[in-house]
Amino acid sequence: MTIENQDFYSQAILSMAALVGLMSFLMLGQGRLLRLIFIFAVQGFLLTATTALAAYSLNNPHLYISAFLTFVLKVLFIPWMLKSQVIQMNLHRDLEALKNNTLVMLGGASLMVFSYYVLHPIVQTSSAVMLNALAVSLSVVLLGMLLMISHRQAVAHVVGFMSIENGLFFAAIVSTQGMPMVVELGVAFDVLVAAVLFGIFFFHIRTSIDSLDVDQLNRLHEVDK
Amino acid sequence: MNWIIAIIQTLLFVALAPLLAGWLKWCKCRLQNRRAPSLFQPYKDLIKLSSKQPVVAEHASWIFTRSPYIIFSAMVLAASVVPFIAVDLPTSASADVIVLVGLFGFARFFLALAGLDIGTAFGGMGSSREMTVSSLAEPAMLMAVFTLSMAASTTNLSVAITHVLEQDLVLRPSFVFALLALILVAVAETGRIPIDNPTTHLELTMIHEAMILEYSGRHLALIELASQLKLMLYGVLIANIFFPWGIAESFTPEALGYGLLAILGKLALLAIILGISETVVAKMRLFRVQEYLSFAYLLGLLGMLSHIILEASR
Amino acid sequence: MILVLAYIAVFLSFASGILALIEHQRPALVTLSEAFFTKIPNLHESKRAWITKQLDAKHFPRGLRLAVFLLLGFSGVFAILAGLSVMLSSSVVTDQLALGLPWMKWQVRFDSLSGFFFLIIGIAVIAVSLFGPGYIRSFEAKQHPFEVLGLFTGLFVAGMLLVLLADDAFFFMIAWELMSVASYFLVAFEHEHAVNRRAAFLYLLMAEVGALSIILAFGVLASFSTDFTFNSLREAQLSSTWASIAFVLALIGFGMKAGLVPLHVWLPEAHPVAPSHISALMSGVMLKVALYGVIRFCYDLIGTVHWEWGVVLLVVGTISALGGIFYAMMQPHLKRLLAYSSVENIGIIFMVLGLSMIFMANDQPQLAALGLIAALLHAFNHALFKNLLFLGAGIIHHQTHELNIDQLGGLIKRMPNTSMIFLIGCMSISSLPLFNGFVSEWLAFQTALQVDVLDNGVLRSLIPVSAAALALTAALAAACFIKVFGLIFLGLPRSRNAEKAREVKDLGMLLGPGILAGLCFLFGVFPGLIINLLNGVAKQVVGQTLPNDTALGWLWLAPVSAARASYAPPLVLIGVMIAGIFSFWFLRRDAEIKAMRRAPTWDCGFGGLNARMQYTSSAFTMPLRRIFAGIWLIDEQINKDMRGAMDLDVAAIHYQLQVQDHTWPRIYQPIAHGVNNLARLVGRIQTGNIRTYLGYSFATLILMLWVIS
Repeated sequence: MTIENQDFYSQAILSMAALVGLMSFLMLGQGRLLRLIFIFAVQGFLLTATTALAAYSLNNPHLYISAFLTFVLKVLFIPWMLKSQVIQMNLHRDLEALKNNTLVMLGGASLMVFSYYVLHPIVQTSSAVMLNALAVSLSVVLLGMLLMISHRQAVAHVVGFMSIENGLFFAAIVSTQGMPMVVELGVAFDVLVAAVLFGIFFFHIRTSIDSLDVDQLNRLHEVDK
Repeated sequence: MNWIIAIIQTLLFVALAPLLAGWLKWCKCRLQNRRAPSLFQPYKDLIKLSSKQPVVAEHASWIFTRSPYIIFSAMVLAASVVPFIAVDLPTSASADVIVLVGLFGFARFFLALAGLDIGTAFGGMGSSREMTVSSLAEPAMLMAVFTLSMAASTTNLSVAITHVLEQDLVLRPSFVFALLALILVAVAETGRIPIDNPTTHLELTMIHEAMILEYSGRHLALIELASQLKLMLYGVLIANIFFPWGIAESFTPEALGYGLLAILGKLALLAIILGISETVVAKMRLFRVQEYLSFAYLLGLLGMLSHIILEASR
Repeated sequence: MILVLAYIAVFLSFASGILALIEHQRPALVTLSEAFFTKIPNLHESKRAWITKQLDAKHFPRGLRLAVFLLLGFSGVFAILAGLSVMLSSSVVTDQLALGLPWMKWQVRFDSLSGFFFLIIGIAVIAVSLFGPGYIRSFEAKQHPFEVLGLFTGLFVAGMLLVLLADDAFFFMIAWELMSVASYFLVAFEHEHAVNRRAAFLYLLMAEVGALSIILAFGVLASFSTDFTFNSLREAQLSSTWASIAFVLALIGFGMKAGLVPLHVWLPEAHPVAPSHISALMSGVMLKVALYGVIRFCYDLIGTVHWEWGVVLLVVGTISALGGIFYAMMQPHLKRLLAYSSVENIGIIFMVLGLSMIFMANDQPQLAALGLIAALLHAFNHALFKNLLFLGAGIIHHQTHELNIDQLGGLIKRMPNTSMIFLIGCMSISSLPLFNGFVSEWLAFQTALQVDVLDNGVLRSLIPVSAAALALTAALAAACFIKVFGLIFLGLPRSRNAEKAREVKDLGMLLGPGILAGLCFLFGVFPGLIINLLNGVAKQVVGQTLPNDTALGWLWLAPVSAARASYAPPLVLIGVMIAGIFSFWFLRRDAEIKAMRRAPTWDCGFGGLNARMQYTSSAFTMPLRRIFAGIWLIDEQINKDMRGAMDLDVAAIHYQLQVQDHTWPRIYQPIAHGVNNLARLVGRIQTGNIRTYLGYSFATLILMLWVIS
């Protein structure tokens, strides 16, 4: 099943999947927080576009609402909030030195192959488009985790967490053609709450250990070494 | 008949290369609020240089004096291989895209040797840096090229372009990645900002210029023409592989004329984009080049993976 | 008839070895000739005078050397004839020699695969025997007796030829050991330096461990069959587990000889210390015999290849290729650099062989044939240019007594012919178009690009990545050999030795590598010649040949089909020639501008440009050293001598750089430690007390009696 024989909708979905994957890779290699947040916003925008595309071609109007929600939350609100916090805490000039960046990148690429390999037997019965898009969403989830492992800034961890959610969201759109509205709203609300909570936590961590470097968190250890 | 068109196309390619350089310079000047030299200034420079007696460094051997001819010939041959205004020309079957990369390597080999031949620190520095950059760029380039050739299942440029033309508009994620990777590699390989600055003669930042510092007269003319050819080659590769529409598929005069206009338009557009990016972006530190090129490689790799995972799965 | 040619080749190489032994028997020969003259009194006077002249003290050593190398050269000629004739007739000849164990005569089999390797050996041996007489004159007769060198060279060549002829495991191992042991003595030839002895011992040790592993591999096969002849081994029915065990053992054994990372450590130690023409043979040819072993073992003896083996070869090959070239880059010693570069090329060969196995196991015999041909072609090409480069290194050493790249420079003006030959070698190994190295690399890329036919998604993504690694390898190889040629031949001389260098006078020393350079170019422009021969080998090994669907078969190279990829080196050559000649003519059309003016090199206005200001080997590779810092163990020290008031002025700066291989401290030292500890444990038994030993014997006796009962 090659790409030439597929309809335009599938081609567009696949391209979107590729771009969403690319954004995850870009986040993985990014040491500056503001750029990281910007790329996250771009990924959110791609999700919005995908949702709108699905709504249009599947003739499913409630997806427009979901697209709108995504746009407001992931393109505007969360990036804006994170950005203002970063500037407020004066972290925007910090450049995180990423160790073994090339290795992490190659690891990310092999994760992509791995998720394709894992999903291959599961989705054997369904269409090729779904398998491929699911593979990409799984790899976005895994890359989000890798992002959290390889970065030390708490803000980067939040972005990683959110991008995991992005991966799941993408899978949901592609494979189920839109979840019920209630679920969507619930998830959106969860994300919103999570973002606000993280914001509060940043301040707490910062006041208690004077840094947002998660490697410093072990200073909270009760017993002094 | 086909052979004649192929030869004419090659000659046209060589003849137009300085014009592209002039146009690029013109765009940059206008973007930077400077008065631009004439579009034909590169031609005047080449003519002036080729009629001057060359001054050769005293320790230089035949490698130094013969290299310009070798470099130039390799580039002309590369120009004859790339489909410029028409596909299906006989020359394009004589070498495929891997050979094309090999020809670039051939020219680079002698350029680097010429840099070492004069026995100064500059030459060695230029050669060392050029080889570093190119050895990192080559895998990225081949990765991008492999993505294309796997999609079209050929490494022959002419056939690949025909393959793209024959299909309707297909959204290929892999092509997007390959295009980006190829653009990054092209910028690095042709020595443009942010990797190298073609107008600098500052010791610490030179790459390409450091190697050719001792060249003068006709030798310099050949080297200059060769690097203009290289710029144009990458431009034509990008334009014709990813946006092949307009290229002549038959050898009627109308089709050929239309093809020529199309490629000129595409190249002019690409030069404007390059001019803008050169105006906006600053030159990188030498040891940031690896990050730039490994990003290009990553893009190539993602292109390959998205071809395998998204487009050709079974 | 074909076999007779092969036997003659083996016999001549033996004979050349034996002939070398008579170096110190001159008096006996003189008496013999006198007896001969009295026996045949009516011998013609001129013949008599000739014999006497050859036997006098002045002419004898030189004549003997010539004769020994002449025999060796003829052995090479016959090897080529035998190889060509068996490949052209695509026949399989078998025979039985009346040697060996009483119940197991030595089986001989000569087919296209062995024929191809005969061809490689033949070409290399001819080049070496042209080069040899001039080169070995520099060794002092007292310390380095020619008889040793000649004897073991002959045995070494004979051993390699016999390995290719062997058709039973027993004969194979004997020939293999002959090759290993003879080459050990050659490595240890200049044994007065402790370094050389250590290198030779390391080589012997690893060669023997490898041989044990091969014996075990044969043993696994033999346990499923009736006896040790290859015919019955072929019929052995192995479960896939046992087949894989045999494959791994064989890979370790042959890989140790071939120098796959991490089994390569002997290579950069042993190759530099052997005399140059021997390193040429070892690097150019002996490593290929190991390749032959792998192909024979996997494709022929085991028969069914598994795709997992292909993946193993692909990964190991990629690591070897990258590791080899990375380590080669950092070497300032020319022959060490070449040895590491052999590791790289062997890696490329095994990588492509792995591709071939993957395709073979996936029922794509035609693509498997393509991979096999690419691998064999690269083996052939590597034999040509690596031989050439080692012989070139021999010339440089002979003329300047220097192999450190940082001490050379500017030789292109003093040694124009050598530099031309060496340049062709460098261009071939950097895989530039129009030279032979490019063709095989091109075929390798073409093989890698056919992954679309595979079903396994992981394989389809792994193979392009390794192809990109191959691209990186090629680019780094070009950088490495630009460094080699640029620093040795271009620029200003960096030492007095380099300044005083002269072109070699001995014609043979130039002719040997010169022939190889010619072949590099010939097969770069007309690769079809050799690929047609290889088609026969592929037909025999994987049962398929390449399609040839283009009209002008000899002009084009279209391995899969003309639409997929084509390459016409003659056309490329013509195109380059036209462009070059035209621009050359056009720019020098009148005499006034044709003249060049020589002027001092630009020195930034400071004056006093000297050789120390040029880039050195470590300076040239510094950017790469910094980018890929984790690959080497780098020990870089900068010490400043301070002087003046309060020690603030820098008087002198000392820079020290040591770049080391990771494998030695990571793998081999722990093993050596372990073995030592084990030995110490065992050593406790050895108390030295006689009564304890008696106790051991007593306990053993009791134990035996108990076992028997």
